[in-house]
Amino acid sequence: METITNFLFVGVGGQGILTASDIAASVGVAAGFEAKKSEVHGFSQRGGVVESHVRWGEHVGAPTAEKGTVDFLIALELLESARWIDWLRPGGALLINRQRIAPMTVTVGDQAYPEDAKVLEMVRARTEDVTLVDGLAIANDLGNTRMVNTVVLGALASRLDVDEETWLSVIEERVPPKYAELNRKAFRRGRQAVS
Amino acid sequence: MKKPTSAGSQRRLLSGNEAIALGAWEAGVRYAAAYPGTPSTEILPALAQYAGVKAEWSSNEKVALDTAIGASFAGGRAMAVMKHVGVNVAADSLMSLSYTGVGAGLVLVSADDPGAFSSQNEQDNRHYARFGKFPCLEPSDSQEAKDFTAFAFELSERFDTPVLLRSTTRISHSKSPVEVRMPEEARGWEHLPPFERKPQKYVMIPAHARLRHPEIEERMRAIAEYAETCPLNRVMWGDKRIGVIADGMGYQYAREVFAGFSFLKLGLVYPLPEQMVRDFAREVDTLIVVEELDPFVEQQLRALGLDPIGKDVFPMTGELTLARVREGALKAGLPVDEGPESMEEPDDALSIPPRPPALCPGCPHRSVYFNLRKLKLLVSGDIGCYAIGVLPPFEKMDMLISMGASIGMAHGAKQAGCPDDIVATIGDSTFFHTGLPELANTVYNRGNACTMILDNRTTAMTGGQEHPGTGVTLQGDPSHQIDIEAVVRAMGVEDLWVVDAMDVEGVEQAIREAMKVEDRPSVIYVKGECVFLPGYQRRTTAVVDPEVCNGCGFCFRVGCPAILKAEETDERTGRPKAEIDPLLCTGCTVCLQVCPRSAIYQTDQQEA
Repeated sequence: METITNFLFVGVGGQGILTASDIAASVGVAAGFEAKKSEVHGFSQRGGVVESHVRWGEHVGAPTAEKGTVDFLIALELLESARWIDWLRPGGALLINRQRIAPMTVTVGDQAYPEDAKVLEMVRARTEDVTLVDGLAIANDLGNTRMVNTVVLGALASRLDVDEETWLSVIEERVPPKYAELNRKAFRRGRQAVS
Repeated sequence: MKKPTSAGSQRRLLSGNEAIALGAWEAGVRYAAAYPGTPSTEILPALAQYAGVKAEWSSNEKVALDTAIGASFAGGRAMAVMKHVGVNVAADSLMSLSYTGVGAGLVLVSADDPGAFSSQNEQDNRHYARFGKFPCLEPSDSQEAKDFTAFAFELSERFDTPVLLRSTTRISHSKSPVEVRMPEEARGWEHLPPFERKPQKYVMIPAHARLRHPEIEERMRAIAEYAETCPLNRVMWGDKRIGVIADGMGYQYAREVFAGFSFLKLGLVYPLPEQMVRDFAREVDTLIVVEELDPFVEQQLRALGLDPIGKDVFPMTGELTLARVREGALKAGLPVDEGPESMEEPDDALSIPPRPPALCPGCPHRSVYFNLRKLKLLVSGDIGCYAIGVLPPFEKMDMLISMGASIGMAHGAKQAGCPDDIVATIGDSTFFHTGLPELANTVYNRGNACTMILDNRTTAMTGGQEHPGTGVTLQGDPSHQIDIEAVVRAMGVEDLWVVDAMDVEGVEQAIREAMKVEDRPSVIYVKGECVFLPGYQRRTTAVVDPEVCNGCGFCFRVGCPAILKAEETDERTGRPKAEIDPLLCTGCTVCLQVCPRSAIYQTDQQEA
């Protein structure tokens, strides 16, 4: 079997998941891999769950990974880490942005958003390798809540063998010039937060 | 305009849709037209960035194809782009375009949606190629999406035929590396030579059609012969115990699951290279077909007398995945890797609340569905964001089938004697798409169904594309803005109410009055901008006064994601009070209007 690194980005519409996964895929290409990425948008996106796959490898066929084979599960929202946990391979790396965004079934319906401890207990049954980052707090500290996804990418980068300059140059290519410096800071803050 | 930075080639990560646009441009497409539809929408905006091509949003898919046909007959390479169900709309012209053939190359891009992520069905449009007698190409990644699109124009001209390029959601919306040639300079725009008149070829009166038909049969024989050597069909020998025939995204899953075995990858999926298939089948012990949706290739193999493993183990519904291809292979007892072990669900598994889609905060459709529910009407729905009206908390849609059908279904139900009060709801873009002839029909046949036109000034569901009612073109240039109200009046509708979508009571009154009209058609024209429009004016933020709110929950019934349940409960009832997320609230005031206790106010009121 050829070695492929599988990433799965999950969260809620509007969190910048598609941008984050785009960047992760482009970094894969810049690092010399064949990289593919896949997402679904359209009807499913209105306030719903967003998922985006990224795969790096020498040869990559499918743009989506198989359940139970994801090496890095990156949840931009706490509850989503639990929803997608069985996609992670046992012992795989789980990175959680601890933000809680209540679904309509909780705010309007009669369902409950589980407590943090319950969610963490559930995901830890799958892997010990859980990293928590408070992306929203860092983004707020930087003065722009839209930086959450870049903070999370910084945290992810600390676990990968690709140099920081490659990440930063891809990010700068992808974001409007006036936000380049802010994104650079957000990326570094995310990286520091977990190392 | 995109300016090339340097000559030479560069490896870039492109979506299938971006790659199709690039391939068309590299092939020198002069004219391209589309009606937006997931997963095809991004192709035209990508193409519109390039110089030397006229790219347009059409009012519907048939119009898109018709305009492309005109461009092709006039001698310019042309492309029509649509989602799978859009091809149904264009099918009238498509079937006869097969007879006329083309002037310059004409490519029809159909983006299918296996899994029906954003569609009303998951039809397999490869069948159109067989039905209409023209070739079908199917790429398996973005590089192929670009290359095959360019190739499709060559094929179209070589065999005087329309060419169907079939993409799927996974091809269109996945990104993979593409070698991008940097052109030396941007292409200019010159007029074509005068029209070459060929009435026997281009004018499909019966006498000409009868003459063209044998030529079409001959053309298909010629393309089938060509398929044997077509570079888009490739044999890759490996372990010959298993031979896999695969196309599209199915090939990518098969390539991983059946790693090391032999492959016949089909890029030209219709007509099939029969000899190539027979030769391949003869060399392998077990023949397998991996294709998404219908057994399109499989059935043709069976007609050749072959007996492959196919839809007996691989699912015919939904999109394929690595797991589904692996499961099928294991079911057939094939020697493939067993894949990851599935995790057993613990008995005390956490209950994870789902996240159904909802109307956005500030959505102008909210007041409409709130009232339709309140008035307990029968609702004939249409394609657009407002289909969310069928979900909680509104649960107010009783039929939905295709673009524009809301008006006709409502009319038919009433004409057949349905006693319920019925309302058709249709968006502005959908109204221009196929709502116009449907409303004309209701007026002409003296129907009495009520039509609500929900004008949010954009094609919202697909991400906000312009249309004939917005007064702006695909490129953002100003255009004539067709006045829906004037159109409705010109059709002869006298009972017309024009209401502000943010006026909850006004919408209710209009519906009540329209329901009193018994012997003629009525229209309620509801105006309110989509919150995603660039010029959308966010108003002040709404705030709940916890001293006044008693947790009655009435505001929750407007289904707004910005209205949350507060931690604080009402002392008497014990029910949670409401609170509003200031980041999500747009200040549309719908919740404020429905609150029976006037517990919700706007921030500026508080400051005053």
